[in-house]
Amino acid sequence: MKLKSKLTSLFFVTLAIFSIGKGILHADELTVALAAEPTSMDPHYQNLTINNSMATQVYDALVLQDVNQNLIPGLAVSWKPVDENTWEFKLRKGVAFHNGAKFSAEDVIATMERAANVPNSPSSFATFIKGKTFEVIDDFTLQVSTEKTNPFIPNDMSRISIIDSAFVNATTEDFNTGIAAQGTGPFVLGKWLPGDQIKLVRNNDYWGPVVDWNNVNVRPISDGTTRIAALIAGDVDFIERVPSSDLPLVEKRSGLRVFKSVSNRMLYLTLHMTEEPTRPYVTDNDGNAIASPFMDVRVRKAVSLLINREAISEKVMDGLSFPAGQFSPKGYIGYNSDLKADPYDLEKAKELLAEAGFADGFKLTMHGPAGRYTNDTRILEAIAQMLSRAGIETSVETMPASVFFKRFARGGIDETPEFTVAMSGYANGSGEPSHPLRIFIHTKQKERGYGPGNRNGYSNAEVDKLIEDGRASMDIKAGEDAFLLATEIAMKEYALVPIHHEIATWAAQDEIAYEHGALDSTFIHNIRNKK
Amino acid sequence: MFLFIIRRMVQSLFVLFIMSLIVFTLINLVGDPVDMLVNPESLPEEIERVRKDFGLDQPVHIQYGKFLAGALSGDLGNSFIFGRPALTLMIERLPATLELATSALIIALTFGLPLGIYAGLYPNSIRTRIIMGSSILGISIPTFWLGLMLIIVFSVLLGWLPVSGRGDTAIFLGIESSIFSLDGLRHLILPATSLAFFKLAMVIRLARSGTVEIMSLDFIKFARARGLNSIRIICAHLLPNILIPIITVLAIEFGTLIAFATVTETIFAWPGLGKLLIDAIINLDRPVIVAYLLFVVTLFLILNLIVDILYATLDPRVRYKAEI
Repeated sequence: MKLKSKLTSLFFVTLAIFSIGKGILHADELTVALAAEPTSMDPHYQNLTINNSMATQVYDALVLQDVNQNLIPGLAVSWKPVDENTWEFKLRKGVAFHNGAKFSAEDVIATMERAANVPNSPSSFATFIKGKTFEVIDDFTLQVSTEKTNPFIPNDMSRISIIDSAFVNATTEDFNTGIAAQGTGPFVLGKWLPGDQIKLVRNNDYWGPVVDWNNVNVRPISDGTTRIAALIAGDVDFIERVPSSDLPLVEKRSGLRVFKSVSNRMLYLTLHMTEEPTRPYVTDNDGNAIASPFMDVRVRKAVSLLINREAISEKVMDGLSFPAGQFSPKGYIGYNSDLKADPYDLEKAKELLAEAGFADGFKLTMHGPAGRYTNDTRILEAIAQMLSRAGIETSVETMPASVFFKRFARGGIDETPEFTVAMSGYANGSGEPSHPLRIFIHTKQKERGYGPGNRNGYSNAEVDKLIEDGRASMDIKAGEDAFLLATEIAMKEYALVPIHHEIATWAAQDEIAYEHGALDSTFIHNIRNKK
Repeated sequence: MFLFIIRRMVQSLFVLFIMSLIVFTLINLVGDPVDMLVNPESLPEEIERVRKDFGLDQPVHIQYGKFLAGALSGDLGNSFIFGRPALTLMIERLPATLELATSALIIALTFGLPLGIYAGLYPNSIRTRIIMGSSILGISIPTFWLGLMLIIVFSVLLGWLPVSGRGDTAIFLGIESSIFSLDGLRHLILPATSLAFFKLAMVIRLARSGTVEIMSLDFIKFARARGLNSIRIICAHLLPNILIPIITVLAIEFGTLIAFATVTETIFAWPGLGKLLIDAIINLDRPVIVAYLLFVVTLFLILNLIVDILYATLDPRVRYKAEI
């Protein structure tokens, strides 16, 4: 891959000298190239990032999310808790589906019934619907109640695209062909040709700001170089995920512009810390099995201090990463302004290791997926070198994601997590601040849905209580404070070692503006025509 | 001949069965699709539901039994990712790949045969050196690089042809293909050329060595002595004889073009089979991987059969042997 990108960059240099920007061909037509394609046009088929971002173009949810996942009114104009266990949503009046049917509370009920039960769904939306009772008060008032207090019902409601009740029994195929794909969103689905293009048409009757384009063609182009070439040639007007090696050229080129933002996609190391007599993949310098050195918080801190995040950003990521000290980037929900990324400090790390009794270091094998995250293997190799400087002789083993995630979750004895140190990534898709805490930080309690991603045995009763209390209080502000505190405690104990936030990139013809935030997916209705 | 075909078909079925057993068992050893499919934020019962719905909670031999029962009635299972029959997905993608592979093959033969024969007839001419020199280039250039260069020269710099995608399709004689529309043809030229380049070089080399060998044989000398003109010698005597090795090689190459044009399809964002396979492998879409590999095996079995039949038609010696 590296050789390939170098070869192609060379030609783009030549290219930059000889050619000129082409500009948009038609003022109200837009062609967008995305790196991936939805698996279906059924908004309830699979809870998958690309499917969800495409669904927001054709459908609306009761509650929408802005580019930083703050909740904003959608098909509901307002919502408030009416008692400890109930939320009331006031629905928007005068909204019509693309087929002309009028929107009312009945459509919400039908949607919830369908979305929780789509046959053959590889990852259903039932998670957001199960355990909730929906009650129609009148045509434009709806109450949602749960058995236990749940402050995140508006967040859950922001995940479900509302469909016309006439299609409550429609199949996924009906949505793919477009018959049932009648949303209320800013675009009408024209046609889907799998693997080739998605045709979107402007919804002139949209209740919100009407989009700038009559027609939008969305094309999946998975190869980064081809996406850039298509942009330069003027075949497409807007692309996502600019390959980092080509970025400087696109930035310099007249007629094109680049959009960048620090995304909420974070890479982290997880260091196993349960008390077992020995752990695999870690030995003393003579090769004898030892218990996990990471039970000691000083060793975990040393690892974090040894990671030179600036160097990784500069040398490995071509500038497209930002050092991370917590789950959220600045400006995004759940960000704690007191937490900063650890600076590189070899001396301090060596001291900490000596204090913990590892002055001479130990031997370690780190694991990670290959090809799942940008430059994942090279990041791990860089970290291995950095750890080796303090005497932790580290080797790296990477594997395809499909193999990695199984072993990561339950490849060890009795289906326990196999690796002692592993790298993985996370992006909060839900827009609620307790999401990463519930998944990664809380003590693993499978039945209660806590800690499904807690693979290193981190457990702190105080943190658990903060998370649970925050999730069980209708006082949203108090909850957020609890989550900030929980984040701070957990990060200072290195429940995980954050590495960096990826920087998301888009590029477009000069006439185009794009509103972007911490999400790395592309939202076509945010692409604007400056003319 | 008839008996020969029947025997080959029985063999083929056996090969298919063994292949399905191997593929199915091996693919079940790799990872767990649930980790790739279910969003990590889902509740634990969601993971269990998917495992159960997709039959992954059953032991492998039971899963295989179910697969086999389905396969015998023409159902190779539903894609985990798309929730649609794996066979339907492949049939939808097949036309795009077929038109790409066929065009590449036609380009390779149209240019490769005359150039190769010329090089064989005039081994010492300066033109031959140029032809043979370029054919070495054709064999050694990596496909992805060639594809990118074609894009950069013809789409970006000259702006003559589109960078990627399939373009409009049109229906002719009941077949929907991009070959029948001008826009479709424009989209087809670059990927087809890029795919054809390697095959073109190969056809040149095969045609040349065949020509050199055949031209020195007695029957060509006799034909010359009989005073036949060179065009007739080439068309009636030389061509059928050099075609046999070319057909053998190209038939197999045609199979690889269809089955593994993945790189070219990825670079040109061509909505063909290759893309389907790559996505299936990355996301561990087991039914699609199994169905795809079985399709490939069937494809090669059929191509081999066709080659054998063509042999018999082109070379009487093979035909006589088969009849004895």
